[in-house]
Amino acid sequence: MSGAANGDLLQLGDLRVDFRTAGGPVRAVDRLSYSISAGRTLALIGESGSGKTVSSRAVMGLLPPNAKVSGSIRFEGEELVGLSDKQMRRLRGAGIAMVFQDPSRSLNPTMRVGAQVAEAVRSHADLDRAAARTRAVELLKLVRLPLPEQRYHEYPHQLSGGMRQRVVIAIALASSPKLLIADEATTALDVTTQAQIMELLRDLQRQLGMALIMISHDLGLAASFADEVVVMYAGRAVEQAPTHELFARVRMPYTKALLEAIPRLERPPHARLPVVPGRPPDLAALPPGCPFEPRCPNRQDLCRESDPPFAEGEPGHRWACWFPCNGGGP
Amino acid sequence: MGVLVPVQRRRPVSGNGHEPLLQARNVVQEFAVRGRGGVKGGVVQAVSGVSLDVRAGETLGIVGETGSGKSTLARSLLQAPRPKSGSVTMRGTELVGLRGKALLEARKSMQMVFQDPFGSLDPKWRVRDIVEEPLIAYGVGSREERRARGREVLDRVGLDADVFARRRPRQLSGGQAQRVAIARALTLDPALIICDEAVSSLDVLIQAQVLNLFEQLRDELGLSYLFIAHDLALVKQVSDRVAVMYLGKVVELGPAEALYREPLHPYTVALLASIPSPDPTAPKGKAHAAISGDPPSPIDPPSGCRFRTRCPRAQDICAVQEPPLSDLRPEHAVACHFPVRSSDENPATAGAR
Repeated sequence: MSGAANGDLLQLGDLRVDFRTAGGPVRAVDRLSYSISAGRTLALIGESGSGKTVSSRAVMGLLPPNAKVSGSIRFEGEELVGLSDKQMRRLRGAGIAMVFQDPSRSLNPTMRVGAQVAEAVRSHADLDRAAARTRAVELLKLVRLPLPEQRYHEYPHQLSGGMRQRVVIAIALASSPKLLIADEATTALDVTTQAQIMELLRDLQRQLGMALIMISHDLGLAASFADEVVVMYAGRAVEQAPTHELFARVRMPYTKALLEAIPRLERPPHARLPVVPGRPPDLAALPPGCPFEPRCPNRQDLCRESDPPFAEGEPGHRWACWFPCNGGGP
Repeated sequence: MGVLVPVQRRRPVSGNGHEPLLQARNVVQEFAVRGRGGVKGGVVQAVSGVSLDVRAGETLGIVGETGSGKSTLARSLLQAPRPKSGSVTMRGTELVGLRGKALLEARKSMQMVFQDPFGSLDPKWRVRDIVEEPLIAYGVGSREERRARGREVLDRVGLDADVFARRRPRQLSGGQAQRVAIARALTLDPALIICDEAVSSLDVLIQAQVLNLFEQLRDELGLSYLFIAHDLALVKQVSDRVAVMYLGKVVELGPAEALYREPLHPYTVALLASIPSPDPTAPKGKAHAAISGDPPSPIDPPSGCRFRTRCPRAQDICAVQEPPLSDLRPEHAVACHFPVRSSDENPATAGAR
């Protein structure tokens, strides 16, 4: 939408994240590449352990010391990999913010919510107390917290889960970020609240021209809100396409399995679900071929021997599969 | 439906499966909370006069958001803790008021599976001890018989006893741990299993496996389920009938298919409209907030209809008079003064196309 031809705000190139663990090295993210420009929404979809959160924490510089990041993370053209913590904090602090799943753990339970927003405001801008307070109330209004002036003086436990997540989003917006990463930001919320928060995020994004990366296990949510979807499995991107294209022509059997496993209102009661057997592989002992091979309905000998490249099979649509599904969606 | 019917199937022959296995009438559960730290004290009206039946062989789904009282209801049915008032009968035996051994015996045919499998399995125990424990608690069988039963139920849930019997919970994946919890629930050969968000914490592919296991056990053993979840699509998919709860009350109860195709209560309509659709042709950003705000506090619920403060159809009478849950169609009850008719604008079905 907005942004020039090469206006990628964030660009990941061959990102790898390795963890040193007692059980040996674990590659949690492997050869991940994607880019996102201003005003766009990218969904990173995958199950637990697929690397979607770890890759985003790498972007934020929020990984523990036993993690090693290699490859490239460029934000507004500047390389983040290899920067010192201090340089990273300066670059990132101004431009990228993250919202996590559990709003109560992101907030300080002993501090009034308004003060927490004001503190975030002052850490990003040189404002006096009164100005920070005014800005904090503005932010609380922006995230549509009901009765912001009153809520300003309340503690997190006095707010509902949805209201807490609004406060967390207000804190994230304190730095006027160009990119917001929402890591399962609505997963812990009720479905009606989830719809409210997703709507808020979408409106804020339009209003502020932010890029949004939504990390989720929910393909349904991605279908409703994302411009582009990256599906991850065992630390890698296995399929990537504009949302419409992906749902119209699923190629990777894993994506198809995810889509078919979503509970659907259209299914008759007691319908058996199409399932893939087994569970995701142990990242410390990945097989040489395709990581999805042991569970894949399309598998053949080649899949066990050789890892399929993540290649563009159609314009804008990439997948990592030797024997992709041919036609339309399930 | 068209699946092999094994011999042990307990499915009732008479009465079309309509005789209630579990019957709840006007169940009320309240908790006193002390005001502290700026929170208002008072009485949490968690479950306020809920009546429902679980029929033999059926799955009754209960859907509702946080604070709707669905988990409290499940526990009240099991008498843990005992409801404040009302009646709960299991196969004709009144549970409310029973104590000690009599209660244990009456409750034997009801088992529960919880959301967090690791939280419900003792980390120090081996899998076989976990699944045999209910037999020991009830003093059933010899050591050998218990061991054999343990292997049988593990086999039923798709776990190879040779591989898993000696493992401890931390050596299991989430899906495997939930299978162990299900195996333990089966040990006493229950008639009813209460699933409280039993698949909600599992990844979607593992969730599908466990849901299929529930369906398979239902076919093989003729089990009834009370299936509680916040996800309406999930509940609808496994249930014959669905009860929708809001702030401690059942607001709609009907056949799963009818509830989805022709929801009668404005809250059900809102729930349906809030589900993001995995349909590629649905307009982007379709999942719209059908209702605004948060549910009111169960300490101080609104007068009249409890949904009225968020209801787009509310009128003066809704604040004054509580609508009773009554049949508007055969088998399909709603508690609303102004129920949604199919001719009305219905965002849920309009959006699903």
